[in-house]
Amino acid sequence: MKNNVNRQLDENLMNKLGYQPFQGTDIGNPIKQRVAPKVRISTGNDKLVDSLEDVVKKTVKDGMTISFHHHFRNGDFVFNKVMRIIIDLGIKGLTLAPSSLTGVMNELVIEGIKKGTITNITSSGMRGSLGDFISHGNLENPVIFRSHGGRARAIENGEIKIDVAFLGVPNADRLGNANGRFGDAVFGSLGYALMDAQYADQVVLITDNVVPYPNTPASIKQTQVDYVVKIDQVGDPDKIGSGATRFTKDPKELKIAEMVNKVIVNSPYFKNDFSFQTGSGGAALAVTRYLRQSMIDAGVKASFALGGITKPTTDLLKEGLVRRVMDVQDFDKGAADSMHSNPNQQEIDASWYADADNKGAMVDQLDVVILSALEIDTKFNVNVMTGSDGIIRGAIGGHQDAATAKLTIICAPLVRGRIATVTPDVTTVVTPGDSVDVLVTEVGIAVNPKRKDLVSILSKVKGLPLYSIEELQQLAEKQVGTSKKLEYHDKVVALIEYRDGSIIDQVKQIKD
Amino acid sequence: MEIKKTALAGTLESSDIQILITKGTKGIEIELESDVKKQFGDQICQAISETLKGFGISQAKIKAVDKGALDCVIKARTIAAIQRATNASEELDWRAI
Repeated sequence: MKNNVNRQLDENLMNKLGYQPFQGTDIGNPIKQRVAPKVRISTGNDKLVDSLEDVVKKTVKDGMTISFHHHFRNGDFVFNKVMRIIIDLGIKGLTLAPSSLTGVMNELVIEGIKKGTITNITSSGMRGSLGDFISHGNLENPVIFRSHGGRARAIENGEIKIDVAFLGVPNADRLGNANGRFGDAVFGSLGYALMDAQYADQVVLITDNVVPYPNTPASIKQTQVDYVVKIDQVGDPDKIGSGATRFTKDPKELKIAEMVNKVIVNSPYFKNDFSFQTGSGGAALAVTRYLRQSMIDAGVKASFALGGITKPTTDLLKEGLVRRVMDVQDFDKGAADSMHSNPNQQEIDASWYADADNKGAMVDQLDVVILSALEIDTKFNVNVMTGSDGIIRGAIGGHQDAATAKLTIICAPLVRGRIATVTPDVTTVVTPGDSVDVLVTEVGIAVNPKRKDLVSILSKVKGLPLYSIEELQQLAEKQVGTSKKLEYHDKVVALIEYRDGSIIDQVKQIKD
Repeated sequence: MEIKKTALAGTLESSDIQILITKGTKGIEIELESDVKKQFGDQICQAISETLKGFGISQAKIKAVDKGALDCVIKARTIAAIQRATNASEELDWRAI
């Protein structure tokens, strides 16, 4: 079975799991049914408990689906505390459904898999030792990778049915009103966790900071929460995010950022009330600096900035260059702090941000997005999931979702070390080339031939050498040589969902 | 040409390769450590052994720790290591280069 981006899929597995192959990026106007969670009735006076172990014993049973958020990033203490208890209690057959998995969680996930505690995983991504472990076929069932919007959709339609959500927060009152903005381990927006709070059958808040009732602003509400558990520390503030994301000094990345800015400024979308999102990654972030100056020079203001937010973006809000920041996640403390001082920085949940099955998501209104890539191929398909060694080492994040913007710019160096970034075929397709418009590398740009309008505009801009993507691919190959094809076993270790829930690619077990 | 002593060239910085040459008796033996071994291992070993051949070296043990070096870097580091190992670093064999 092949899908519409020419990827071979395991037909037996697809049928067994009831999956359809990826067809296209157009979602259309179907009518969808959403699900609702169970509610354990309470007046709210019995929620506050001291023992995390007691709560785990009360809530988690064999075969359940449990979830976590990754807003604490590598400063997370909650995941490991809960998983330690679950593994030690000998609970088996769980599906792990976090918004994503960060490196600090790797060891306990691997232990949980080895002991039979975890038998299924769905996540935005994974890295390091866990990615290596999964890529070598150590989990029987394939991992399901979903974008942030895709996860929201799957939770809403019941494909992910969360039995217990363990959500760490830097503050909560005794009934469960909580936000991500005050306390020691602040991270700002609770965007991804809001889905779990709304749809899980049982919601356990874990905090190191119980504040007087009622706590506001309440991102998570008392109507959603079953238990509030007090522990010593929910996270390490230093590892959640730096004070402010610093701009890269890498001349290659700066050159790319400058060219990205030229593409934006010369595009038909750069006018008053335009909107934009910058992904993470050196060059993508540095674009903000160039864009700021261009906006001042041209007297152009943006209606909103979207997505994972950094201090450089909230600075634009403060300066009045951006009217609203729509914030699903904050990458640094500066952005998190700005959230409680600036009412124009709106917390949004993952569904509002990026869900394809919606009555309108923010990404549907997005003009310009700048995203990075591990690989991009001559069909403009993008890989942000596997390294060119075939090992899982990335995350979809909002890549597929934001790429539906009117102008999607992928920025990446032509080569990284001996690895070509522009390749004949990406190792894993995550975002289909259909939704990608321009590639910017340090040597020049390539425009998706489908965008004849952009080709004609951008070919006239000084300082934007225009190549075909095949030419860029050949340039890369000339520098690094021709790479030998990777060899795989037959076993499928992961499936990549497109944001509509169809399968855009699979990852097979790597041969060593 | 003959390897007279163990010699090292290159660093472990990104995009570099470290080449360690010692005496050998079983032809050219290359032990390669590289993140891109699966994709480029053969090409890296070929660049090293061709450079050795250019200097007329047929017996040597090579330990190479690659950090994503391009062929030109691999050749340059191999040449430097050869010249140190053959006590020729003061009088370079330009013809072999």
